[in-house]
Amino acid sequence: MGATVVEKIFSSRCSRPVRAGEVVMAPIDGAMIHDITGPLAIRNFFQMGGTKVFNPRKVIMLFDHQVPADSITAAENQAFMRTFASEQGIHNYDIREGICHQVVMEKGLAAPGEIIVGADSHTCMYGASGAFATGIGSTDMGFVLKFGALYFRVPESIRVDVTGRFSRRVGPKDLILSIAHDIGADGATYQAIEFGGETFESMGMEGRMTCCNMAIEMGAKAGIVPPDRVTYAYLEGRRAVSPGDLSPDPDARYVDRRMYDVTDLAPQVAVPHNVDLAVPVEDVAGIRIDQVFIGSCTNGRFEDLAEAAEVLSDNRFSDTVRVIIIPASRDEYLKALRAGLIERFVTAGALVEAPCCGPCMGGAFGLLGPGEVSLSTSNRNFRGRQGSTEAKVYLCSPATAAASAIYGEITDPREV
Amino acid sequence: MRVWKFSDNVDTDAIIPGRYLIHNDPCVLARHAFEGTRSEFAGQVREGDVIVAGRNFGCGSSREHAPLALTGAGIRIIIARSFARIFYRNAVNVGILPLVCEQADEILDGAEIAVNINAGFVETDGKRYPIEPVPGFMQSIISAGGLVGYARNLEEIETCTGSQA
Repeated sequence: MGATVVEKIFSSRCSRPVRAGEVVMAPIDGAMIHDITGPLAIRNFFQMGGTKVFNPRKVIMLFDHQVPADSITAAENQAFMRTFASEQGIHNYDIREGICHQVVMEKGLAAPGEIIVGADSHTCMYGASGAFATGIGSTDMGFVLKFGALYFRVPESIRVDVTGRFSRRVGPKDLILSIAHDIGADGATYQAIEFGGETFESMGMEGRMTCCNMAIEMGAKAGIVPPDRVTYAYLEGRRAVSPGDLSPDPDARYVDRRMYDVTDLAPQVAVPHNVDLAVPVEDVAGIRIDQVFIGSCTNGRFEDLAEAAEVLSDNRFSDTVRVIIIPASRDEYLKALRAGLIERFVTAGALVEAPCCGPCMGGAFGLLGPGEVSLSTSNRNFRGRQGSTEAKVYLCSPATAAASAIYGEITDPREV
Repeated sequence: MRVWKFSDNVDTDAIIPGRYLIHNDPCVLARHAFEGTRSEFAGQVREGDVIVAGRNFGCGSSREHAPLALTGAGIRIIIARSFARIFYRNAVNVGILPLVCEQADEILDGAEIAVNINAGFVETDGKRYPIEPVPGFMQSIISAGGLVGYARNLEEIETCTGSQA
């Protein structure tokens, strides 16, 4: 019986054949902590008797959820982490670089075949690099900081094969919302989702990141795209890696196989209050919106901003909508700035903020009041996620967000 | 032990909203548990009460503040038809026992409940419902009182490569 990508990664890191279902204590190649989950992880590290982290070069630290500090308590948490980084010799990206997951990818801190953990559920995004990457809690992270290893139950995999070309103004976000709808909010619990097929082979890294990012919204432990020439081209100049073969074996065993053809896929919108409640945009077109958020680790990259700008064209955003646009990282911000996108957004009436998580987590700014409606390119529409529990959050692609922001109501981007 | 009954897909944003994650003290977090979605919980929950839920309890964010808020509220046991993966591990790590019970939907809000872990059932309103055994490698963590207690006694561990870490 052949091996899945996930089984190949664990077998390689354990130097013996490892199959799904086994529990292994695996070595960790990278461990990411940020301002929300980091303080607890560090406290747990000390409570476990930790004195020196397993390898300071493998610990990734940055602040992105509440930056610049929006309360004295947040400032204290960040100061606590700065002190820890300095004592341990950990490089701290602090508030300078942007959203953790984007920064890990663009600094080349996740590479094919590696096992990476992060104290954040969307860590599964690094599967776009061909790594096995998964989100963990702060106590597990304390354990990782001390030992550089963690227990894993090697997950079974769901294989998702995608064919066809996206039609105009339809893209990876629409695809992953559609997949989440089918698999369901817990349909991949304890499992990994392995993406493949011609659509993924021709998809850029930004789209692969969007899809892997949202694997957690189906309960998955990881999302992964087998590394190929697109992956290695992305890593060039970011990280020295020698290309290897991590393709799944033809006779690999999956718990489920799903086939998609995106040729006729319509733009998708996930309606309140669960991510798996995706419907074609025409079903919700015309719903009035108070706020549009274009950003987050899911859809805050240059390509996402360019997609929004293309739809915006020479229009202005509606005066009835608050449009908040946040590039995912400093690099993405600079790319958008140099391409003239930032000026166009500001001219059209948007607020463009410095790279951070922004309204996505509902912990910092851009919160919603009771009865308000938000349309967001982020990853979660749970009740209360972006503020009041009496507010509603809809999720969509950057194209749909931009089209809707022009008209002040949910709008099919193909009709703009 | 009173039952606090919840439905499917209770997410960690509902258990503890994002704006409170700057706090790390379980008792402070407990004051805001289920704020806005079940606001009477924080004021009325008593030490030893049990949460009973449907499928996918604890989905979403990896925030360990969620199970911590529940420990601060006195919750030691959660019974659900299924758990989200990260929450399940976090719960065990902070000393909450997550029990899987296929018939959890039949248990009523406000009921008195008795949990018999060794015999593998919970009992409420005169009826017994089987619970699944806790996986072996989780048992050793739970018997140490959580992952901190387990790890404190370890100087080094053996990884799957056979090397010491």
